[in-house]
Amino acid sequence: MELVINGKSEQLPEGLNATGLIAHLGLQDERLAMEVNREIVPRSRFDSHFFKPGDQIEIVRAIGGGAH
Amino acid sequence: MSSVMKTAGPATADPLMIDGVAYQSRLLVGTGKYRDMEETRLAVEASGAEIITVAIRRTNIGQSKDEPNLLDVLPPDRYTYLPNTAGCYSAEDAVRTCRLARELLDGHDLVKLEVLGDEKTLFPDIVQTLDAAQTLIDDGFKVMVYTNDDPIIAKRLEDMGCVAVMPLAAPIGSGLGIRNPYNILTIVENAGVPILVDAGVGCASDAAIAMELGCDGVLMNTAIAGARQPVLMASAMKKAIEAGRESWLAGRIPKKRFASASSPVDGTFF
Repeated sequence: MELVINGKSEQLPEGLNATGLIAHLGLQDERLAMEVNREIVPRSRFDSHFFKPGDQIEIVRAIGGGAH
Repeated sequence: MSSVMKTAGPATADPLMIDGVAYQSRLLVGTGKYRDMEETRLAVEASGAEIITVAIRRTNIGQSKDEPNLLDVLPPDRYTYLPNTAGCYSAEDAVRTCRLARELLDGHDLVKLEVLGDEKTLFPDIVQTLDAAQTLIDDGFKVMVYTNDDPIIAKRLEDMGCVAVMPLAAPIGSGLGIRNPYNILTIVENAGVPILVDAGVGCASDAAIAMELGCDGVLMNTAIAGARQPVLMASAMKKAIEAGRESWLAGRIPKKRFASASSPVDGTFF
């Protein structure tokens, strides 16, 4: 199925959950947060959240930036 | 037994209170625009800041992960992270950013809200800012809000429940200093929550002036990160904030048009 991850389309197997995606991307040791179709998916629900074709996924982190 | 002397005391006995939490430093710094992570760390340390702003951005996928992580260099157990909605031009994007930040930082709910109006001025879009502030407050966030130097809007944001109001001194990154000290003063005089100057400071004297107007703190990034020697400027800003605060607490002398001798006239022998 096609998922859009951080703005890029990727082909990924059906039945993938959030934990599986994070492992696939090699991000399991990263501090991150995920939004699917503009809704937060808490880390506590990564195992139970399964993606649907066409889901828009944002995976973010904290970086230097900020004020003025 | 204690013998308490009532004095104004040093600035360290005068914490900045934000939403019931005491901070010893009145200088808040951003963590962007530095040459590298080491310079970021050294400048933040030299500034003495306890609250540091961070940006929320997409994770790099498929790129080298050897680059140091901000959270390792400036650990969140030592600094209060202030996720910032910089770069957002709509209330919706600002709210999404704050919700992602809260998830990322394990429920941390203190955020800096800014919703920008256009790229040329980076002035706040006040309509979107008010909208986002209401949504975030209703959702349990503690909102420190970037706004223009309009006393009416500053009071409105306070009345809505923002925990700090942060007027600009001049456009973001401009280094123009406090362009409208009378408005900043009016905002301070009206306020029941901390007022922090956010944006426009260029050098240490600008920071001192903000504090002498009675501001509770100053938030800056470019003035330090863009200096020829950022770590030295961070140290200068720390001192300026402390000096300005003490000067405000001490109370300046009134301005007079003519001279007033400091040596006694009595006892002169000439």
